[in-house]
Amino acid sequence: MAAVTALGETPAAESASHPRGMQSRRRRRLNLFRYVVFTVFGLFFVLPLLAMARFSLEGAKLGTWSLTAWRQIASYQGTGIPPLLSAIEITLELAVITCVVTLALLVPTMIWIRLRVQWLARTMEFLCLLPLTIPAIVLVVGLGRIYNRIQHYSLSALMLFWVYVILALPYAYRALAAGLSAIDVTTLSEAARSLGASWFTVIVRVIAPNMRQAILNALLLTFALVLGEFTIAYLLLYTNLQVELYSISRNTPNAGVLFSTSFAALLFAFALLLILSYAGRRRRGRG
Amino acid sequence: MTSSPLTRTPEGAARNAVEVRMEGLSRHYGAVVALDRLDLTLQPGELVALLGPSGCGKTTTLRLLAGLEDADTGHITVGGKDITRLSAAKRDMGMVFQAYSLFPHMTVRQNVAFGLRLRRVGAAQRDKRALEMLDLVGLSTQADRYPHQISGGQQQRVALARALAIEPQVLLLDEPLSALDAKVRAQLRDEIRRIQLEVGITTLFVTHDQEEALAIADRVGVMREGRIEQLAPPTEVYSRPATSFVAEFVGLSNRLTGEVRGGEVTVRGRTLPLVESNVPDGQVVALVRPEAVTLASHTAPEPGPLVGTVIAVTFLGATSRVTVDLGDITILAQLSTSDAAALPAGSRVALTIRPDPVLVSADAASAGPAAEEEA
Repeated sequence: MAAVTALGETPAAESASHPRGMQSRRRRRLNLFRYVVFTVFGLFFVLPLLAMARFSLEGAKLGTWSLTAWRQIASYQGTGIPPLLSAIEITLELAVITCVVTLALLVPTMIWIRLRVQWLARTMEFLCLLPLTIPAIVLVVGLGRIYNRIQHYSLSALMLFWVYVILALPYAYRALAAGLSAIDVTTLSEAARSLGASWFTVIVRVIAPNMRQAILNALLLTFALVLGEFTIAYLLLYTNLQVELYSISRNTPNAGVLFSTSFAALLFAFALLLILSYAGRRRRGRG
Repeated sequence: MTSSPLTRTPEGAARNAVEVRMEGLSRHYGAVVALDRLDLTLQPGELVALLGPSGCGKTTTLRLLAGLEDADTGHITVGGKDITRLSAAKRDMGMVFQAYSLFPHMTVRQNVAFGLRLRRVGAAQRDKRALEMLDLVGLSTQADRYPHQISGGQQQRVALARALAIEPQVLLLDEPLSALDAKVRAQLRDEIRRIQLEVGITTLFVTHDQEEALAIADRVGVMREGRIEQLAPPTEVYSRPATSFVAEFVGLSNRLTGEVRGGEVTVRGRTLPLVESNVPDGQVVALVRPEAVTLASHTAPEPGPLVGTVIAVTFLGATSRVTVDLGDITILAQLSTSDAAALPAGSRVALTIRPDPVLVSADAASAGPAAEEEA
């Protein structure tokens, strides 16, 4: 009898342990796959950065190390082009102006459309995403005439902010739209209105603070876009950071300052990303 | 918080309470008529509940009064002042919404003080008033928490405190309890009534829950297709419904065919008085409340128009609902649970219908046995 029971139990126990074993094997395989993908993509991104860092630290003789290229960021002056530092300054100023104008235009407009003219939402989305589908060269041809006029009044590269606002629209719009959809805009605004708030107060003191993370995301994307923009500035004959780096590379192809400046710009963008995501998380944790 | 006896404090009712008058209010959404020349007056300090099915116009009425939507036609006066064209921000009304409406980035205290801040009340006085209001709703210990750190019921209490903090002329409650579970709902319902009586504020309460409306309102307005079918105290709405719609919407009704003759209706051999005496003679459907039906064990073998078999007993707590098959129709009776316990499914029972005034519906011709079941 005992033998029968044991015989009867063995397959049952086996069949019970079978799926568990299969599951754990599958999980192990999946984990392995994850690690492989993570490593491959990690190397894909990190190796060029490491190479860039290495080049920026290359000494006068091959195989030696030096900080000269990093020191040159503040003082480098190529022939026939503005100082590198002024290109950095102008690009940072452009980024700040573009961020401010983009957010000042988009945040109230999007909130207003959500609250009062919802039928315009689709049109707004279409218009904001349109710059994604238009090649930069087409934009430049279209904007060429306008910039001819602008250049009558100001030759400053800061004037690029007009076109950068257009370029930043799709990214900023998407980030803000995600933030808006995460809150009950209608109820919050009606509650504020019933308490005596004007529309301005509703937007500035009730809705916008609840879109903090979305605004920070839009800010970061816009900033990163301006830091890395080359085509339009180059074609419209303005000098920003990327155009300056390109000019340096044409005149002095092996200049270490190219790598140190590019790497510094990247590090700056990463630092900004960290700061903004930390600020957003701190707020979420508190609020 | 425990609920206190719901009695009106005279000084509270008198203080600052205003009359609200809505006259000929209409609102259309395209071809849909949401509100059709509605007239409604709220007496100073009164709580009126608007009750009705979805799309009947109750929320539209409240939103027009709040200024969150504009009326196509009609006038709204509060305390004798015409506010029809006044923006929501200037109407001086406190509102509690169905959805949680606390500002997520502000603490409970900041939420309550928000309206006062807009009115440029000094920080110290604002803080004092906010704490007073939080104390009124029993949440002064939660003042420094954020909305996501408190429960749904607590959030609605804070919303009530926030609405009352600005000392509004009118309080508007737009289904504030519908997102809460049954126990919290009943508790908060009593609390809203207690606070409303204490503050003595004229209040419009919108709900689709008849129990809620009947429990806390001074008067209940039953709405249908943009109009008020009946506006009366809860007991009157329940016991003397003005129309068959009201009778069927508020509480359950048995629909029994009968014949009107000489101002009385005869239902299955039993003669009952009518709510309206001017009903013409002829076939009708009488609406009989389950609690007007009593049951007794029936041991005699002979059948009768009011003899049947219990087919189901539904336990409701203190009372039970008994479904009786009379052969051609089923009828509902509501008894105390102890009485219902003596009548298990399968028992033969004799029915008695209490001679309360009943409402009749003219659609008798279309009422067959199936239609005579529970409404």
